[in-house]
Amino acid sequence: MTAPTEVEVGTGIGAPVDRKEDKKLLQGQAQWVDNMHAHGMVYLGVVRSPYAHARIMKVNVAPALAHAGVVAAWSGEALADEWQGSLPCAWLPTEDTNAPDHKPVSVDKARHAGDAVAVIAATSRGAAEDAAELVEVEYEPLPAVVDPEAALADGAPLVHEEFGTNACYTWTLEAGEVDRLFDEADVTVAQRYRQNRLIPNAIEPRSVFVTPIPATGEFTLWSSTQVPHIARVTLSGVTGIPESKLRVIAPDVGGGFGSKLNVYAEEALALAVARRLGRAVKWTETRSEGYLSTIHGRDQIQEIELAATSEGKITAVRTKLTVAMGAYLQLVTPGIPLLGAWLYAGAYDVKGYSFQCTGVFTNTVPTDAYRGAGRPEATFAIERAVDALARKLGKDPVEIRRLNFIREFPATVTAGLTIDSGDFDACLDVALEQSGYETLRAEQRERREAGNPKRLGIGLSTYVEMCGLAPSAILGAVRFASGGWEAATIRCLPTGTVQVLTGSTPHGQGHETTWSQIVSERLGYEIDEVEVLHGDTSVVPLGMDTYGSRSLAVGGVALYHAADRIIEKAKKIAAHLLEVDESQIEHVCGTFQGPEESMTLKEVAFAAWTAHNLPAGVEPALEETYVYDPPNFSWPSGAHVAIVEVDTETGAVELLRYVAVDDVGTVVNPTIVDGQIHGGVAQGVAQALYEEAIYDEDGNLLTGNMVSYLVPSAAEFPRWELHRTETPSPTNPMGVKGVGETGAIASPAAVMNAVVDALAADGVTDIDMPATPERVWRALQEVQR
Amino acid sequence: MIPAPFDYEVAESVDHAISLLGSRDDTKVLAGGHSLLPLLRLRLARPSLLVDVGRLDGLSYIRDAGDSIAIGALTRHHDVATAPLLRENSPLVAYAAGLIGDPQVRHRGTIGGSLAHGDPASDLPAVVLALDGEIDIAGPGGVRAVPAAEFFRGVFQTAVGPDEIVTEVRVPKQSGDHVWSYLKFRRRAQDWATVGVAAVARRANGGVAEAAISLVSMGATPLRASAAEVAWNAGEDPGAVAAEGTEPPSDTNGSADYRRHLVQVLVRRAVEEAEAR
Repeated sequence: MTAPTEVEVGTGIGAPVDRKEDKKLLQGQAQWVDNMHAHGMVYLGVVRSPYAHARIMKVNVAPALAHAGVVAAWSGEALADEWQGSLPCAWLPTEDTNAPDHKPVSVDKARHAGDAVAVIAATSRGAAEDAAELVEVEYEPLPAVVDPEAALADGAPLVHEEFGTNACYTWTLEAGEVDRLFDEADVTVAQRYRQNRLIPNAIEPRSVFVTPIPATGEFTLWSSTQVPHIARVTLSGVTGIPESKLRVIAPDVGGGFGSKLNVYAEEALALAVARRLGRAVKWTETRSEGYLSTIHGRDQIQEIELAATSEGKITAVRTKLTVAMGAYLQLVTPGIPLLGAWLYAGAYDVKGYSFQCTGVFTNTVPTDAYRGAGRPEATFAIERAVDALARKLGKDPVEIRRLNFIREFPATVTAGLTIDSGDFDACLDVALEQSGYETLRAEQRERREAGNPKRLGIGLSTYVEMCGLAPSAILGAVRFASGGWEAATIRCLPTGTVQVLTGSTPHGQGHETTWSQIVSERLGYEIDEVEVLHGDTSVVPLGMDTYGSRSLAVGGVALYHAADRIIEKAKKIAAHLLEVDESQIEHVCGTFQGPEESMTLKEVAFAAWTAHNLPAGVEPALEETYVYDPPNFSWPSGAHVAIVEVDTETGAVELLRYVAVDDVGTVVNPTIVDGQIHGGVAQGVAQALYEEAIYDEDGNLLTGNMVSYLVPSAAEFPRWELHRTETPSPTNPMGVKGVGETGAIASPAAVMNAVVDALAADGVTDIDMPATPERVWRALQEVQR
Repeated sequence: MIPAPFDYEVAESVDHAISLLGSRDDTKVLAGGHSLLPLLRLRLARPSLLVDVGRLDGLSYIRDAGDSIAIGALTRHHDVATAPLLRENSPLVAYAAGLIGDPQVRHRGTIGGSLAHGDPASDLPAVVLALDGEIDIAGPGGVRAVPAAEFFRGVFQTAVGPDEIVTEVRVPKQSGDHVWSYLKFRRRAQDWATVGVAAVARRANGGVAEAAISLVSMGATPLRASAAEVAWNAGEDPGAVAAEGTEPPSDTNGSADYRRHLVQVLVRRAVEEAEAR
């Protein structure tokens, strides 16, 4: 037996380890779905409706069939018998939610521009695109409705006639004596905000590749998805392919931001076409096609009211949302706004809480999860409203926040959930100090007094959010159709390396690195000795995938617990081989130290594999699985400060600085955490200043490509100034919380508060997102009138 | 994202290019491709034949032509932006070329392509117009020189006929007395201008003379802001009259009203910047 070896310093929890994933990504060795080929494969071309709303009178695929290279072409009707069920929606919030039938290719009506009406299978992508133009579709155009409030008006065109209304559902949450608190309030503010519709824009477009084995009825579906496990369960239901015959693989996936937390028509179509033709099938969206067929985010109208005392103590919050579902319900469409339902009081202690959300069908691309999903919207409304209250009372927004912070944890909020931990003052202190808040206020005054047309604006967002989805029982209670657990397996191989199987499928987050660090910390393996397997339902059978900032807070904790099980079993074997009592063995980072001798975990793994001499009742091999169901959400919090310059002559807004202080609990890899916040803040700033999917009144998407849909680049941003406080979560042994969405949750409010702050002295009280130069100019024109 | 089918020919010479262009209807010239390829891929342009002039190396040059600087039609924006000859003698052209798109675009896009494409939102057409530049167009009947003021005819329409190509652009040399500015207002670094302003004048008698101001994205073609030019020459506020005679578009970057406001601010600022130079 060998002496204990020191584990290499700096690869465990807290170390800024370089991402293991990057080399293959940078050297072009990643495995993307669109690069896959198979003998005899066909390419799908999807014929999409140019109309937002039209009856499909006739579909003639004959001209397409005559085109060179075309193997087959079908209308929606011709494919109808492929479907055992509707495309899935896993969250119908109420018993009476109107859930429309949603087939991969529409038969009766096109309900949004881009709705699929026919499909081509051809031997090349070019032939598929050429032939798609040749399909003759006779439409009877119908009036369209794109605005969710207009869609609720009497006489509005009905997206789904069978319901007799465009209302999808109304969900309410009420706690405390809200009406009384409003009646007794010294002051109230009532604000109305518009959450602009956003397009997620993952760098890798969606892509699907299916290989069938007709003789056995087996199918392998490769998809650029966040959710291979959920896709397998639900696509089995859509196509009738038994789950046992369906393998889903998410290879390297180039981002998702929630847009690939979904199960799409084209995945079902590729399976159905592969089944019909007995050939491999590929489909990859183009960027502009994705704008018409991949889910969008946000698109809500928010009405929020605060009741408060004359000092600024908020007593009650009342919120009413009108949310565009789009034309159909995708996987989580109706539930997205409800992920913010408990957060409309933000980080503040209130006595009364009222929330009402109405989902509405519109002739637009369906909305669904986009980074933050419900929580950026909630944070925006409360943080903007708190600023409005501060202005009404003539107080500094910092003072109002301090007066209302929740300070005792765990904190069961009036809305009903329990915030695990936090220190909101600590974050705010750091944010004020690092931003130089008082100096900025002085500069703001100086500019104003000097008549400088370039105003300075300072905006705060002190957020708390709930992520790490989710306790299964709570999901059940809100009628979500699956659990929120996650699984991890550790397999100690006999020759000194280790495999980790995780059900949490990465799409850019760096799971391989972070998971390796957890194993390195717990079991003493070198980072490069850990191989993380993921994203293949045959390799990792148990999983709930990646969304809602859940990977580390649920999947990482599962891995931590699996390591405990490895240690427990290995300790028994080590004690047996060292011929001492188990109680005499101490485990330190992969070494089992007895009174005299020790064994490494690697040695134990070899002994467990040979199984020549194991203690009675201990099974051979060293492999353990843990399925972790979190007892609570995780609750990151923070304080962000945006500093903007607004040119009152042109309306241009420039983000000068951005200071983010986040408390995401224990940090495993600070570089990766910083990267998550960088990207999240960038996307939130993009919502505030740049991005907006615009439909005209006929339902044409005016921002149909990246020339008109303004995804900003690094050139538009300052250097992010990131700081952290650390309040470990008490609900898991690692103390970790989610981080993937915090930046996008906090930042739209900070930026818009800054823009309005810059112009408040001019009389401007609100500007819709994104704060385009024209909108800023118009707001100034309004108040000068 | 895959263009509709088209034929493709490589031009071996200017004459060859012209004969290929005349060989059938619906031909298109391919130079740097940065305007044409997106249109092809979106199937908004469906030419029957692409004539690739990219290998006509003789059309890539920047040289001293006496009173003017001659720029070959295939000269890349990057080369225009960085050429010492232009930076010294016509800095407005070099500066504006450096603001086009992003580095990839500037290494592919050409000055001849930019002018011939006739996009009123492009930078170089307005700059060449402000400088009273001259554009050589080669066709079956030989080469003709067209003043910039007569070159731009409408949105994506120029004096270049279907069987013609641009071969050279000439911009006048400017003396040390000249002042200039180019302001490009855009949402993102790589975007086309919501509104752009090119301003150039000669210092004279404590003020300026020969003021020239042209506007990007304020009409169907790049426009000269004549009233603003008169005002600048007279020492009055050119911003106040900058929107006169414009017919700006309304699009997702801004309404016509907003552009009419913005152009006033930008012209005033451009003139201030020029005079401070």
